[in-house]
Amino acid sequence: MKSLLLEIFYVLAGLVSIIAAVYALKDDKHPHQKETALFWFLFGAIFIVGKYIPAPIVGAMLLLMGVLTAMKRVTFGSLVNAADGMRQKSADRMKNKIFIPALTIGVVAFFVAQVFKSLGGLVGLGLGALAATIIAMVMTKEKPKQFGYDGSRLLLQVGSASILPQLLAALGSLFAAAGVGEVISGGIAGVLSEGNILGGVIAYCVGMAVFTMIMGNAFAAFAVITAGIGIPFVYAMGANPAVAGALALTAGYCGTLMTPMAANFNVVPAALLETKNKYRVIISQVPIALALLVTHIVLMYVWAF
Amino acid sequence: MIKLIGVLIIVIGFIMKFDTIAVVLVAGVITGLVGGLGFVEILTIIGEAFIKTRYMSLFLLTLPVIGILERSGLRERAADLIRGMKSVTTGKVLTTYHVIRELAAAFSLRLGGHVQFIRPLVNPMAYGAAEKNFTEVDEETEDIIKGYAAGSENLGNFFGQNVFVAAGGVLLIVGTLGELGVEVTPLAVSKASIPIAIIALVYSAIQNYMLDRRIAKKLGLKKSGKPAAEVK
Repeated sequence: MKSLLLEIFYVLAGLVSIIAAVYALKDDKHPHQKETALFWFLFGAIFIVGKYIPAPIVGAMLLLMGVLTAMKRVTFGSLVNAADGMRQKSADRMKNKIFIPALTIGVVAFFVAQVFKSLGGLVGLGLGALAATIIAMVMTKEKPKQFGYDGSRLLLQVGSASILPQLLAALGSLFAAAGVGEVISGGIAGVLSEGNILGGVIAYCVGMAVFTMIMGNAFAAFAVITAGIGIPFVYAMGANPAVAGALALTAGYCGTLMTPMAANFNVVPAALLETKNKYRVIISQVPIALALLVTHIVLMYVWAF
Repeated sequence: MIKLIGVLIIVIGFIMKFDTIAVVLVAGVITGLVGGLGFVEILTIIGEAFIKTRYMSLFLLTLPVIGILERSGLRERAADLIRGMKSVTTGKVLTTYHVIRELAAAFSLRLGGHVQFIRPLVNPMAYGAAEKNFTEVDEETEDIIKGYAAGSENLGNFFGQNVFVAAGGVLLIVGTLGELGVEVTPLAVSKASIPIAIIALVYSAIQNYMLDRRIAKKLGLKKSGKPAAEVK
């Protein structure tokens, strides 16, 4: 039941991507219509039929998508939102009712995950999204076609970065197959004696923060540091994986708060607010980031073991 | 040692701001090659992992409805609500925003952003509160308030988002651990994200309270009678 429902949702998600491909192709003002359309078509196709075609072909499709983004051919185009005045008018008319569909997604997802444990949160997310879509359709009286248009608008806006989490997971699996974890953990094992749980926790949390500061991306740091430090020194010691995993990622976010590499969060906002000191945002975040990092270490050590 | 070349590629690629997707793919392929895997084998591993982790991209299903709600004024309504809040000090404005931002993130609502909320709304309100309470807000204080305003957005966003059961971060944790042989459910990860979300909020509230004290100490007493100057 669960896998059937999920497979249906994958097909629907693939359709969202393919619709975006069609809108990109029809967008005459788009500088790279064909390439952008190809990217989203491939992504959609992987979702819909990927399970039934040989894995190396899927891998090759992903490499092709990588070439398209590397050449900067996957871009937004010219799909538009409603005009400011229209949106404000609609907001005034709908008042807080407008939050209902939006909240539906989260509430349904959590409810399904909590009550129908065999279905899980992912089926919950799918059902929540469908419920929210139906409610929004009734409330806004927008046509189904408009949903397709606006979904495409958002997907094209988020752009190729949408596939990053999945690629990072794939990278993690390549690292595992190539034995990268063993190399890093071999290096750290020289410093850290085996069975030193506190040492492992500190290395994992601080490693996440420092690597995130260097790379500016906690998701990428998570794949690398978890393979190298997390697995041998934390999870293998019997840590609760949910607790250790959740805290490791947010320990990385502590690093995000302290680095100019995370330009979107720290540098661009400073420019946007026209601060005198261009590192103002980072300066104001460092104390709380350090306090939180220490808290992560304590919490992981006490709660995961 | 040579196997770490993938890590090096990622670090350098990200620092040089090369295309993220391409950097990750190149790092993966080269790591596989130096690790003794064949090219087809590498493609197989990438392909299999990608198919297995399709659930990480289920957020695609929410895009049409979110897009429609944006068209119907979702952001505008949220902005109206924030504008209507009655907070008397800079710190309280920022803490209130942090609460709203974090709750929204926990429900997977992307209601926030430096462009959409901090610059047009939160920072002017935080600054306005200081201007209302004190005779002269100097440039440095104004700058500090800006830093805190941007920070409240980041803190609320980062530490609230993983409370949502199908958040990108949660699925990344589940997927990456799964690929490394450690099984865990999204629900367990999202529940495990609640304590740090609350702690981040508490720390932020304390920090904002201290900011109020700092401003009060620096700028001295409230001005009398005069109405608040126009909000910058």
